[in-house]
Amino acid sequence: MDDLQLREHAVNIRESIIEMITAAKSGHPGGSLSSVEIMVSLFFGKVMNYDPKNPQLESRDRFFLSKGHAAPVLYSTLAEAGYFDKSGLNTLRQLNSPFQGHPDMRKLPGIEASTGSLGQGLSISVGCALGLRLKGLSSHVFTLLGDGELEEGQVWEAAMAASHFKLDNLTAIVDRNKLQIDGFTEEVMSLEPLADKWHAFGWNVLELNGHSFDELIPALQKAKKRSDKKPLVIIAHTIKGKGVSFMENMCDFHGKAPSEEQAKIAYSEIRECDVQ
Amino acid sequence: MKATREAYGEALLELGRSNDKVVALDADLSKSTKTSLFAKEFPERFFNVGIAEQNLIGVAAGLSLAGFVPYASTFAIFATGRAWEQIRNTVAYPSLNVKICASHAGITVGEDGASHQSIEDIALMSVIPNMTVLVPADPIETKSMVNWAYQHNGPVYIRLGRMGVPNILPNDYKFDTKPFILKKGKKIVIFATGIMLWKCLEAIELLKPYNLEPTLVNVSCIKPLPEESIIEIAKEHEIVLTAEEHNIINGLGSMISSTLSRNYPMKVSFIGINDKFGTSGKPNDLLSYYGLDANSIKEKLLLLGS
Repeated sequence: MDDLQLREHAVNIRESIIEMITAAKSGHPGGSLSSVEIMVSLFFGKVMNYDPKNPQLESRDRFFLSKGHAAPVLYSTLAEAGYFDKSGLNTLRQLNSPFQGHPDMRKLPGIEASTGSLGQGLSISVGCALGLRLKGLSSHVFTLLGDGELEEGQVWEAAMAASHFKLDNLTAIVDRNKLQIDGFTEEVMSLEPLADKWHAFGWNVLELNGHSFDELIPALQKAKKRSDKKPLVIIAHTIKGKGVSFMENMCDFHGKAPSEEQAKIAYSEIRECDVQ
Repeated sequence: MKATREAYGEALLELGRSNDKVVALDADLSKSTKTSLFAKEFPERFFNVGIAEQNLIGVAAGLSLAGFVPYASTFAIFATGRAWEQIRNTVAYPSLNVKICASHAGITVGEDGASHQSIEDIALMSVIPNMTVLVPADPIETKSMVNWAYQHNGPVYIRLGRMGVPNILPNDYKFDTKPFILKKGKKIVIFATGIMLWKCLEAIELLKPYNLEPTLVNVSCIKPLPEESIIEIAKEHEIVLTAEEHNIINGLGSMISSTLSRNYPMKVSFIGINDKFGTSGKPNDLLSYYGLDANSIKEKLLLLGS
């Protein structure tokens, strides 16, 4: 798939994110927009093996959204990939909508786990990776974590376990957008030196530009072909709110919907967004 | 005499032999929870996650998503306390097929004292939607329950104890969530759970000279509570007494009186931990100290029966 098509997917997904959050009048645009290229790379960059027509395909690769509040990017990516129709997205957060405020695996195909309470996705991924290996499947587990989420102690329990169990079928991706609700991660609770922490827990660490397909796709494709008995973490440096000028690097838009007026500006900017 | 945790370890091993989907997890307490028996025979299907209960539950959830039936064990206080929110959000909300079999529940943990004596776990697990909460009374019921849990698709909490208990239920007993009438009497009915079934049976023996013959019922499925059967049995009596090795707040007694108050209001008395923390001591001494031994139950029954 060429770069133009990937960028078209990214634009569509960003538009959907803004549209559904604007319609819902609540939701989390910042951390959804920062992880768009990561999601596009996984689902459209010849990385993950999946079949929207057979969501339970046993040999599929698994994707866990540990940062469950970024549900809009997951919903729009799965819709873009053909798991379900896009028309439902605007019911986001409405009573009994399958598009719950945080992902509910029982309500939509393609959602591998119900998440939303931070810090739990990596443990689930460790269990799933152990199970897939025990079954003799070569499926890979990808997990997207928020950077603020790394403040949860359970993440490090899981990190310890992943290297202890030598899970080279597990790749964690940290959406390192450097902001959380109350401000910069380094001001709320310092994460740095972040790569050193993962190294110390026995992981291979890769740092890259989380908005560059040129960097993401080869790294993710390579991540699937490991047999080095170590889990891999990709620290993807991103911009919170990427693609919408007034949301970029603004922690105010972590969990706030744009107004109708702001949404209009957002749509026009998204079309012009330079993902490189 | 055999602790329900020992019966659990043996049952899990047997289950593992006949079902290769069964996996076991522990958090560095496998020798105490007896998952060590399974671990020894099936090391590739056993995962010790170390002293990390939150991760224990998350990893169990992941294994269930990969198609296995995980049995996760540690002490009740840590499983239901430390990892409560992991159980609620990751396991119970999507109704994953995870079995949490926690040992060392209640005060009969003994010498370790209050920090390790879970008197809140029935309440903590029962308040979570989708969760099934089971408390076996003896080794026979434990084995049957472990197998039942495998057949049941969804999250299950099984409360196990450290102290040895005799076989009380018939050898051919099969757990099926219904209350089991162990002794048929009149006037007073005791609904007991866990180790208290044994203690109540002892109390009834002590009552022989007093012309008081209560009915004794084993209620081992706390949630979903078999309401209809409980109401039916209660209707045949004048007084209900509940007995549990748990805080009387939000345990079996609370749930039975809630059911009865909605359907058939009648007097309900409670035996349990009276909203106090535990303390160190020998299990039998603790049972007496907290009024859960046969003699205390006898006295309570005499008071109710007079």
